[in-house]
Amino acid sequence: MSDIAARVKKIVIEHLGVEADKVIESANFIDDLGADSLDTVELVMAFEEEFSVEIPDDAAETIRTVGDAISFLEKKAA
Amino acid sequence: MFDLTGKTALVTGATGGIGGAVARALHAQGATVAVSGTRKEVLDAFAAELGSRVHVIPANLADKDSVEALVPAAEAAMGSLDILVNNAGVTRDGLFMRMKDEDWDLVLRVNLEAAFRLARAAVKGMMKRRSGRIISITSVVGTTGNPGQGNYAASKAGLVGMSKSLAAEVASRGITVNCIAPGFIATAMTDVLNDKQREGILGNVPAGRLGTPEEIAAAAVYLASEEASYVTGQTLHVNGGMAMI
Ligand SMILES: NC(=O)c1ccc[n+]([C@@H]2O[C@H](COP(=O)([O-])OP(=O)(O)OC[C@H]3O[C@@H](n4cnc5c(N)ncnc54)[C@H](OP(=O)(O)O)[C@@H]3O)[C@@H](O)[C@H]2O)c1
Repeated sequence: MSDIAARVKKIVIEHLGVEADKVIESANFIDDLGADSLDTVELVMAFEEEFSVEIPDDAAETIRTVGDAISFLEKKAA
Repeated sequence: MFDLTGKTALVTGATGGIGGAVARALHAQGATVAVSGTRKEVLDAFAAELGSRVHVIPANLADKDSVEALVPAAEAAMGSLDILVNNAGVTRDGLFMRMKDEDWDLVLRVNLEAAFRLARAAVKGMMKRRSGRIISITSVVGTTGNPGQGNYAASKAGLVGMSKSLAAEVASRGITVNCIAPGFIATAMTDVLNDKQREGILGNVPAGRLGTPEEIAAAAVYLASEEASYVTGQTLHVNGGMAMI
């Protein structure tokens, strides 16, 4: 697992208070991990802080799963 | 009841009558307070009087950059921000037909836009901590309207709509967002009234007197407290009965 993936999963686990084994790449924040719309905004803000990047609203809307977040942030880092 | 020990608060307009009383009351309940205004020497004297648990952070709320820097500075000074009191306010009265653009702009900028920027900044940390209080000082005229105060009434009504919307968004996170609407309170803002105006006003106040800043501060202490945690999106009218709404 990449360093970025590990950091993303850590944020998701901490923020949503879910079991680590549920936080797989295909997990949808809202449908699978019980997030509400406010949680998704908070997650995006937490990613921005952790990775020192800006995630514009239109990009944030495309980040629906753990995998979406990892690939978005990996692309940013590349 | 209403103990605020360990809480941190930012009060804008703390150089004024109501803001000073609010800061003093929150401090008396045990909170650490950051006091803001444009007049630094007044803030310094106020801080000297309070002694401990007080931070002076001057800011001009008509200036966007100065507003944006205020909450981060308060968080840096106090470690967090639990209670934001948007109290600073200005009037630039004039009949609607002749109201100047700059008078409209200044009142909306200081009274409403600054409150928006401060609340937006403060709510981030509050979301993380799953608790917070945002209190805005509006006015009875935001509800009733008042000839000569189209700009001011718009700014105060705007605060109410803004607060209700934010309250709905963050209620599930232990954050409450409320307004306090004073009637006529004895401060610099009402000192400018002449005797005739004062008499006219008092004729409409069943309590038969102006209110005191301390009577507004008591409402702020209540809304800031744990005890008020189920009260959100509300406006608490403190006006001696002049408008029962
Ligand atoms: N008094 C009343 O009867 C009454 C009634 C209803 C509502 N209110 C509301 O209560 C609040 C407090 O008013 P008050 O009666 O205590 O009036 P005040 O004594 O005139 O205080 C006004 C405060 O606002 C601050 N302020 C004004 N322009 C500012 C700016 N550009 N940047 C930063 N701070 C600024 C002033 O700080 P500096 O002087 O340091 O710039 C001052 O501390 C206001 O929102 C007012 O609309 C008052």
